Amino acid sequence: MTAEVEIKSHTMNFGPQHPAAHGVLRLVLELNGEVVERADPHIGLLHRGTEKLIEYKTYMQAVPYFDRLDYVAPMCQEHTFALATEKLLGITAPPRGQYIRVLFAEISRILNHILNITTYAIDVGAITPALWGFEEREKLMEFHEAACGARLHANYFRPGGVAKDLPAGLAEQIMKWAEGFPRFVDDIEGLLTENRIFKQRTVDIGVISLADAHAWGFSGPCLRASGAAWDLRKAEPYDAYAEMDFDIPIGKHGDCYDRYLVRIAEMRESVKIIRQAIEKMPGGPVKVNDRKISPPPRAEMKRSMEALIHHFKLYTEGYHVPAGETYTATEAPKGEFAVYLIADGSNKPYRCKIRAPAFAHLQAMDFLSRGHMLADAVAIIGSLDIVFGEIDR
Amino acid sequence: MGFLDRTARSFLLAELVSGMALTLRYFFRPKVTINYPYEKGPISPRFKGEHALRRYPNGEERCIACKLCEAICPAQAITIEAEPRADGSRRTTRYDIDMTKCIYCGLCEEACPVDAIVEGPNFEFSTETREELMYNKDKLIANGDRWEAEIAARLKADAPYR
Repeated sequence: MTAEVEIKSHTMNFGPQHPAAHGVLRLVLELNGEVVERADPHIGLLHRGTEKLIEYKTYMQAVPYFDRLDYVAPMCQEHTFALATEKLLGITAPPRGQYIRVLFAEISRILNHILNITTYAIDVGAITPALWGFEEREKLMEFHEAACGARLHANYFRPGGVAKDLPAGLAEQIMKWAEGFPRFVDDIEGLLTENRIFKQRTVDIGVISLADAHAWGFSGPCLRASGAAWDLRKAEPYDAYAEMDFDIPIGKHGDCYDRYLVRIAEMRESVKIIRQAIEKMPGGPVKVNDRKISPPPRAEMKRSMEALIHHFKLYTEGYHVPAGETYTATEAPKGEFAVYLIADGSNKPYRCKIRAPAFAHLQAMDFLSRGHMLADAVAIIGSLDIVFGEIDR
Repeated sequence: MGFLDRTARSFLLAELVSGMALTLRYFFRPKVTINYPYEKGPISPRFKGEHALRRYPNGEERCIACKLCEAICPAQAITIEAEPRADGSRRTTRYDIDMTKCIYCGLCEEACPVDAIVEGPNFEFSTETREELMYNKDKLIANGDRWEAEIAARLKADAPYR
């Protein structure tokens, strides 16, 4: 005679210090045996009040705060803020500034995708890609550092252009790196794409249809993996993207494997853009020649009284942005990153709402992981590419 | 044909073997890691590291207490007090940087009209206590004296872009 035992579902804390939680995510999982019945993400552990802080900073001081949102691809966030402020000011960056921004936005995209793909591989059991991927990231960080002086928190894209011109020789170095990089992507693919263990962990896990993806507010690679050829770089080209020739890779099934494949293909497209940006890069100034917005060169500042006054005015009061509001979105590596900026005519933003793509992706966690195994929840989080800097803000 | 090909590949563990061959090839490549405290990665003249207050070649401190760096600092990490000296020149009596607040954005260096406050090449300034990271003027000037050769070379190299 066997007694009937009923196993009750139990609740489990996944994180906030779980190595596979990609940051400080506390995911409360209700499990029935090993099957996820409900996933409830608790966020806010990395909340720093960025949006409110920016209301008390001048436009120039606000830029470093954007580095710290999605700290895996810092320059893409600065890009959005710079474009939003430029729209309100009614200026456009000079061509060379635009090309430098495109170049570094794509470098940031590769930085992000390498980190995501390789750590995702760790989540599903493969360590080697991370060891190789971080070598490539290191090279890209050195380019970052050569241009702006910091490996991560750049403070490089400013409203009106970029802080400084590229140092001599950097473009050639990046070009040389871009020649060899596709071979590295081949190697990563050689380890993962056909690997049966990787496929068992990712194919048909966390499937989301196109309609559902739209309904949950997906954007970026997660949306494209479900089959929508939607990319803001093509749909609403900003800066020099209109002159770049690249394709939008899409997936068909919307599962974790497709999201991985889309990111791999995007890295190849990014290399194409990087090479075009360097080949076509025009000469000339890198920031607008308006002394009310961008500081004068140091040599001029030390000679001319007028330039010195402009310099003092810019670094104390900053510039006044005419009253108005804008919703400016760019294609960040994780999806549609947008800034809703309201200016009231003063030197500080009245309101700065940040639309973080990973926030929308995380809210679908319950929808995606319901009915999957506990181990699949890890794979799903990895494939969504979430970073808590921008979710908690 | 496709079916046969797929089955054969599957049974012969083709993708696993080719992956292993790839890792074996990497195994015999030269190492890319560096032996950190003895070897260091390259840094550019723009690197934003530990702060330093510089002097003119005649030994006079550069800072004129214009407080631009205090005004621009997004993290409000800098505190300056100033009063005229006996010789009538304006100099700081207090120049503190809270290195735990600093976000290393480099705006203080950009703002400084006399190249006094700079972010130098040093990134190895960890301490054992929090208090040691509250830098005062003596510490910053000492940093400037210690790193002056490197800082001057860096500023010269980056001058065309500033």
